[in-house]
Amino acid sequence: MYRSHVLVCGGTGCTSSGATKIIESLNKEINKAGLMDEVSVVQTGCHGLCALGPIIVVYPEATFYSMVKEEDIPEIVNEHLLKGRIVTRLVYDETITEEGISSINETDFYKKQHRIALRNCGVINPESIDEYIATNGYEALGRVLTEYTPDQVIQTILDSGLRGRGGGGFPTGLKWKLAKGNDADQKYVCCNADEGDPGAFMDRSVLEGDPHVVLEAMAIAGYAIGASMGYIYVRAEYPIAVERLNIAIKQAREYGLLGNNIFGTDFNFDIELRLGAGAFVCGEETALMTSIEGNRGEPRPRPPFPAQKGLFQKPTLLNNVETYANIPLIILNGVEWFRSMGTEKSKGTKVFALGGKINNTGLVEVPMGTTLREVIEEIGGGIPGGKKFKAAQTGGPSGGCIPAEHYDVPIDYDNLLSIGSMMGSGGLIVMDETNCMVDIAKFFLEFTVDESCGKCTPCRVGTKRLHEMLDEITKGNGTIEDIDKLEDLCYYIKENALCGLGQCAPNPVISTLRYFKDEYVAHVEDKKCPAGVCKALLSYNIDADACKGCTLCARICPTGAITGKVKEAHVIDQSKCIKCGACMEKCRFGAISIH
Amino acid sequence: MGIKQKTVPFTGTRQQHDDLLKVISKHKDDKGALMPIMQEAQEIYGYLPIEVQTIISNELEIPLEKIYGIATFYSQFSLSPKGKYIISVCLGTACYVKGAGDISNKLKELLGIDDGECTPDGKFSIESCRCIGACGLAPVITVNDDVYGKITVDDVEGILAKYE
Repeated sequence: MYRSHVLVCGGTGCTSSGATKIIESLNKEINKAGLMDEVSVVQTGCHGLCALGPIIVVYPEATFYSMVKEEDIPEIVNEHLLKGRIVTRLVYDETITEEGISSINETDFYKKQHRIALRNCGVINPESIDEYIATNGYEALGRVLTEYTPDQVIQTILDSGLRGRGGGGFPTGLKWKLAKGNDADQKYVCCNADEGDPGAFMDRSVLEGDPHVVLEAMAIAGYAIGASMGYIYVRAEYPIAVERLNIAIKQAREYGLLGNNIFGTDFNFDIELRLGAGAFVCGEETALMTSIEGNRGEPRPRPPFPAQKGLFQKPTLLNNVETYANIPLIILNGVEWFRSMGTEKSKGTKVFALGGKINNTGLVEVPMGTTLREVIEEIGGGIPGGKKFKAAQTGGPSGGCIPAEHYDVPIDYDNLLSIGSMMGSGGLIVMDETNCMVDIAKFFLEFTVDESCGKCTPCRVGTKRLHEMLDEITKGNGTIEDIDKLEDLCYYIKENALCGLGQCAPNPVISTLRYFKDEYVAHVEDKKCPAGVCKALLSYNIDADACKGCTLCARICPTGAITGKVKEAHVIDQSKCIKCGACMEKCRFGAISIH
Repeated sequence: MGIKQKTVPFTGTRQQHDDLLKVISKHKDDKGALMPIMQEAQEIYGYLPIEVQTIISNELEIPLEKIYGIATFYSQFSLSPKGKYIISVCLGTACYVKGAGDISNKLKELLGIDDGECTPDGKFSIESCRCIGACGLAPVITVNDDVYGKITVDDVEGILAKYE
C-alpha cells in the first residue's frame, strides 16, 4: 500500500511538453528522499487539459500541478510528498480558493463534465491490465459470455439508444443486428481508429489512456455478431496509442481474455492491429476495409454494405473507438442508466476536442444536449484576449460552422444537422472575429482536394474547382456570379460523390455561405476582407503624421515600393507592394497599418 | 499527394536487403500483408525507392504497378530520401487558426526549400503534416522526435539553429 499516488499524464500533449523527463526525475527524487515504499508514480492517459501540460495530480488530495518543469520536481517531492506542504506556486490557478487548495474535480473544466468514455483516462495506468480489471474491466465481457445470449446483447445495445460516435450517428445496436443477421463461415469486427479530422483527438486519448476498454468492447461485439477475429485500424501518426494497444493485446492474450475459450466458454476471439498510412479517406468505412486488405484505400459503392460483404468479402461490423468505449458500462450499469443522460434522440455523452481560439484547449466529455455556450464559456474558459466568438466548426472538413446566433442550441446529432453542421467525430474548433470565414472554407477545401482519393469525378474534379473559385475570391478576383456558381457546384458534388468524404466535402462552403454570406460579398464586391486575413485584399498604408522619415521601411522593402525623403513622410506605392508586412514589423513609430 | 521524384542514387546495403527479406517472410502469409511490409520496408530504408518496391514485388509476386499505386496513395510513404532532420509542420485546423501557415512560410524562406523538399546538403527537409493531435500546444512543429509547441514566427530561426 502506498500512502500517496503521483499521477503523471503521459498523453501525446503532455509527452510533447516533456512528461517523460518529469517521470524520470520524480522517480529519482523520490528514491533520494527514501519515499519509494510510500509513494508510487503512475503514468496515466490524457487528463484533457492539454494546454496546461505537463500535468501532475497527487492523490489522495487530488492536487493539480500544471505546466510543471523538470527543475520543479525536487520541490514537489521534498515539500509536498515528504512534508505534506502543497507547493502553491505550481498548482493550477483555479484550484486556489480562500479555504486552501481545492481538488482538481472542483474546477470549472472538470465540474461540468461527465466522463464515461474517458472514465479511466488520466486515472489508471494504461499499460497495466490489472489496473483496468480493478476498475471493473472485463467484467462486462465475463457477464455477457456467461449470462447473455448474443441476441440479448444486441437488444441491450439497441435499447440503450447508443449511436455511432464516429460521425454519422447510426444506431449502434441496429448495426450489430444487421451484422449478426448475415450468416457466414467467418465474420469480422473492426475498430475505426483512423481519426483523421484535423483538430480531433478524442479517440487517440481513449486508445492512449484506456486501451483495454476497446479490446473488451470488440470482444463483446464479436460474441454478439458471431465473429472470431477483430482488426483495429489505427493511424501510424499515433505512436503512443499504437504502443499501448500492442501492450494491451499482449496482456489480454496472457490473461486469456483474448484467444480461445475466453472465460472458459467456447467463445474464441483475437485482435490484430493494422496501421494506417496517412490517408484521410481511410476513415470512411469501405475505404478502411479496402486498406486493411492491402490496397489503395479507395471507397467502394454501397450496397453491398459492410454488414453483408465487408472485409475480405465477409460480413463485417465496424464501429469507432468512442462508440466501443461506451459498451462495457452500458452492460454493467444498464440501459436505464445510459438513457438517463442526453436528449430524446441522442443518449449518453459526447467527447469533444476543444481547439482553436479557446483558453482551455483539450478534451471534454459532456452529456448530449449541453449547449455550445456551456462548452466554450464555462468548461472551455472562453476566448483568449477578450475577443468575440464568431463561430465554431464541428465535424472537421466534413462538417460546418455554428455561428453565434446558435450559441445556445443543445448539441445533439439532430440539432447539429438541422443548423447545417454535424456531430462528426467531435472536433470543435473555436474561431473569433479575427478568422476570415472564406479563408477557413478554403482551408478545408485545400484539405479535401489533397485527401480526395480520385476514384469518382465529382469529388476529384469538383473539390478542385471549388478550391480554385475560393482561392480567386480570397485574391479579390471573384464576382458576385461566382458565389452562385460556387453554391450550385456544392450541391452537385453533394448529390453525386461516391462516398461520405466527397458528399460532405462542400459542407464547410455551404455552411459559411449560409451564415457568413456578407463576408463572401465583401470579398467580391468591395474587394475587402473584413477579418483582415486575406492578404491580397489588404493594403499597407503609412500615417503621414506618425512617420518620422527614418527611411528604415524604404530600405527594408524588398520591392522598392516605399519612397520618401529623409525626415519626411514616406508613401507606399500600392502597385508595387507585395504585402509581405516587413515594413510594418520594422517601423519603430507604429506609423504603418493595414486595412 | 505531392510526392516528388528525385534522382538520388540508391544506396541500399546487404544488411538492409536481408532485413527486408526477413520482414517479407514474416508477413507473407498474413491476410492483407502488403501494407505492413511496405511500412516496415520504409523503416529499414528510410524511404521507398523503386528498387525496394521491386524487391517486394518480386518476393510477393505482386505487380510493381500495384505496389507503386499504394506507395503514391498514402502520404506516409516517400519515394525520395528525407533530410537528416525532418521538420514537420502541423497544418491541422487547430494549428492553422493559430498561425501555422506563417510558421511554414518562415521555414521555407529560411531554408530556401519548398514543402516536401530537402536542402542540398541533405540536412533538413520540410513536410507539412496533418493533425498530430497535440492541438493543446498549437501551433506545433516537430524536428525528428523533438516537439516544439506554442511557437511564433520569431522562434523559428532559434529552433533551426539548434540543429546547425
